[in-house]
Amino acid sequence: MASQAHDAGGATGYIVHHLTPLSTGEGFWTLHLDTLFFSVILGGLFLLVFKKAADQATSGVPGKFQNCIEMIVEFVDTQVKDSFHGTSKLIAPLALTIFIWVFFMNAMDLIPVDLLPMVGSLMGMEYMRVVPSTDLNATFAMSLTVFLLIIFYSIKIKGVIGFSKEMLLTPFGPWLMPFNLLLKVVEEVAKPISLGLRLFGNLYAGELIFILIALLPWTIQPLLSIPWALFHILIITLQAFIFMVLTIVYLTMAHEDHG
Amino acid sequence: MSINATLIGQMITFAVLIWFTMNYIWPPLMKALEEREKKIADGLAAAEKAREELATAEQQAQDAYAEAKKEAAEIIEMARKQSADIVAEAKQTAQREADRIAQTAQAEITREVEQATEILRADVSRLAISAAQKILRQEIDESKHREILNDVANQLGSAS
Repeated sequence: MASQAHDAGGATGYIVHHLTPLSTGEGFWTLHLDTLFFSVILGGLFLLVFKKAADQATSGVPGKFQNCIEMIVEFVDTQVKDSFHGTSKLIAPLALTIFIWVFFMNAMDLIPVDLLPMVGSLMGMEYMRVVPSTDLNATFAMSLTVFLLIIFYSIKIKGVIGFSKEMLLTPFGPWLMPFNLLLKVVEEVAKPISLGLRLFGNLYAGELIFILIALLPWTIQPLLSIPWALFHILIITLQAFIFMVLTIVYLTMAHEDHG
Repeated sequence: MSINATLIGQMITFAVLIWFTMNYIWPPLMKALEEREKKIADGLAAAEKAREELATAEQQAQDAYAEAKKEAAEIIEMARKQSADIVAEAKQTAQREADRIAQTAQAEITREVEQATEILRADVSRLAISAAQKILRQEIDESKHREILNDVANQLGSAS
């Protein structure tokens, strides 16, 4: 694969090839098929594994698989309970979904960079980018959903008037209303943008480094790719964890009355 | 890198995942976890209770043992006293019997001695009289000594 890419434009060609999604459609209505495909597959895997655990769940002695799933669930539940003290049917399952789904999507990073694209090219697909979280669409889809939930819960808990007051009167009181609104809008909009960009940036950079390592002669590739992969296990988990915790924190803030 | 319709697709996927997790994954898992937590707590409480009960039972057994030991000691003490009493009583009875027998024997002896004395006295007076008669028949005039003889005879008779 690497030699083909070199033929088609050297190292730059190889990198660009690897970072170009398999897409269909024009303009805004372009669909990144690889992103959609892998994220749906990984989401399905998440549901399958956890549904199995949920079906098996009894109050009896858990097996190893059951124990593992329940440990994750309890971990997420602890995170939620640490910051969020109200009752919400949504936040904990949302946090679990984010944690596992993001983790799975990030974990695609650890598959050798050329493996799946090679399989894809054998099946006639010209481009393939296997890590969905290196697609801004995937990360912003999550952060925007979280943003919508923040707005929804802010209005639901505080009421339209309460939410408007918070937007207009804090932090500087009624005399600086437009300035307050500007600050607040920036504050709120910064949440989804930072969430989405953080995850995207980390994974995009990580994937890029894997691609760069793949460009090196095969004799020194393992020397670099193995430490980077090991380090990346940390990044993968950490980014999934950060996304989850920040979501919990933002939603907790939406539930609390600051006005 | 561009934002496009993939975003919408991803949001739909995400929403479906959240919906499914919220309805079919989180509740049964949490229910099972809470039930297990309760079960374990109950089990621990039951174990604690059993431990307490065991301690109580042990205490009771110890008390009963001490009680029994005390009772046994009392019974032994009583038996010892009773046996001592019986021995003492037997000793007393024997002593009394011995005394009685001795007394009877003493009385018998006294009586027999008296009897013998009586017989002896009668014999002696008779012999004395006959001896005196023999002596007097040769020397005294009956008429002369009648009075003295009568007197002696009277004395012997009263003595006998």
